[in-house]
Amino acid sequence: MDLKQQSPLGKYLEHLKAGEFAYQYSPADGKAFFYPRVVAPGSGAALEWRISRGLGTVYSTTWIPVKDGQPYNVALVDMDEGFRLMSRVEDIDAKAVAIGMRVKFRAHAGDKPEDPPYPVFTAVEGA
Amino acid sequence: MMHNLLKRGSAAIVGVAESDLGLVAPHTSPIDLMAQGIVRALDDCGLELSDVDALFAATSQARFSTMMLKEYLGLNPTWNDNTQIGGSSFEAHVAHAWAAIQLGQCEVAVIAYGSTQRSVSRAAASPREYNYYEAPFKPFMPTSAYAMAAARHMHQYGTTREQLAEVAVAARQWALMNPVAWEKEPLTVEQVLASRMVSHPLSVRDCCLVTDGGGAIVMTSGERAKTLKKKPVYPIGYGEGLSHNSIASMADLTVTGAAVSGPRAYAMAGLGPKDIDVVELYDAFTITPILFLEDLGFCPKGEGGRFVSGGRIAPGGELPVDTNGGGLSYCHPGMYGLFILIEAVRQLRGECGPRQVKDAETAIVHGNGGVLSSQITCILGGPSTV
Repeated sequence: MDLKQQSPLGKYLEHLKAGEFAYQYSPADGKAFFYPRVVAPGSGAALEWRISRGLGTVYSTTWIPVKDGQPYNVALVDMDEGFRLMSRVEDIDAKAVAIGMRVKFRAHAGDKPEDPPYPVFTAVEGA
Repeated sequence: MMHNLLKRGSAAIVGVAESDLGLVAPHTSPIDLMAQGIVRALDDCGLELSDVDALFAATSQARFSTMMLKEYLGLNPTWNDNTQIGGSSFEAHVAHAWAAIQLGQCEVAVIAYGSTQRSVSRAAASPREYNYYEAPFKPFMPTSAYAMAAARHMHQYGTTREQLAEVAVAARQWALMNPVAWEKEPLTVEQVLASRMVSHPLSVRDCCLVTDGGGAIVMTSGERAKTLKKKPVYPIGYGEGLSHNSIASMADLTVTGAAVSGPRAYAMAGLGPKDIDVVELYDAFTITPILFLEDLGFCPKGEGGRFVSGGRIAPGGELPVDTNGGGLSYCHPGMYGLFILIEAVRQLRGECGPRQVKDAETAIVHGNGGVLSSQITCILGGPSTV
């Protein structure tokens, strides 16, 4: 990776802007990694980019009360490809998000026009 | 690979002191609190400021703590160490000072901390670095990270909010025997459960206090320690377990780096959990002592919630834990690890009055930093252990 041309986060955001949830995989280690890096942790091996299928499971979750508003959720999601990230589960009551819940990725625009997009999740119907 | 060259008895903790705690006067600086702690800790052992030749310090409010301290106190140290790994920095400083003293790089080391986070607000005292992978989700940090560890522990092992509350209640009972503790009123499990939710399942009474405060520790060579005012306390075991920085990178939220640091410290000390008289664990949140009691071998994994129930870790219980009242009820200026070292030293000297653990000769001090990120275990012993 030539850091004068592109950063790991820059490449990731490029995919996210196209609606894709990208992650890195080390063929040498046979493992997926997240967040994006210059080399694979542990081995220092080269990493290749892959696109996630977008399906995962809530590993842990919390909700945070808001004065005069609705509580919001923060969750850790284990993706089927074998990596974890912090995110939130949307479109349901924050208190209803549960460990073990199957969830699906969608790209969320940055909160301000100048902010980068980020990945969020929704509950998988019938899972 | 563990190739330990630190020699038992080559260095000792000889002086300890807190600065003023709780809420200090407007415009007090963290360095004011460090300086006050250092002078008091030197007085505790009978050494002078002019004897100090090494400085160890950390605080979230001053990146260059040792430079500021050198200037403020007019010292000319031959050795300094500004290691900053959050609340467990001071447990690391003890080992670093032990090594420097044994090598002859210095003879009298002070380890200092100060914070005015109650006065200036937690946000001002500990600004968080921007992290793209967390910021959009607005976790209430550090609480939300510990909340997710608690939620996972509850899910896997059936731990309950009542069991978490037992930790807060025990801490409060100890605090009521500590004249300098922030909290002065008794606390019940029901009151913890009914208190305001901060980040589910942790309520405000599951969270450490937000106070001002600081303190210092003086260390010197084993030889010189024997000539000073108080009974020396020796570091006899040490282990580090740095497992991650952000909570999303913690492999298993129910197993902390204490499962690595603890066995390393026990191996060096030649002791196990059953040999420990006093247990001082960093109680940032009620879930943390539960995790550490498991990871340090006081109970099996998953049993921590049941273990702390029924007053087992409270005054009069089977295992004295956090005898100063802890970060939950005594004081918590943000990087609390120094205070558990101070309490362990006082327990091993027999200075703790009504909360004194009888015939205490060994103590485990477990520091925690970040979001369960930096786990450092020190085992301390009285003269009979050297």
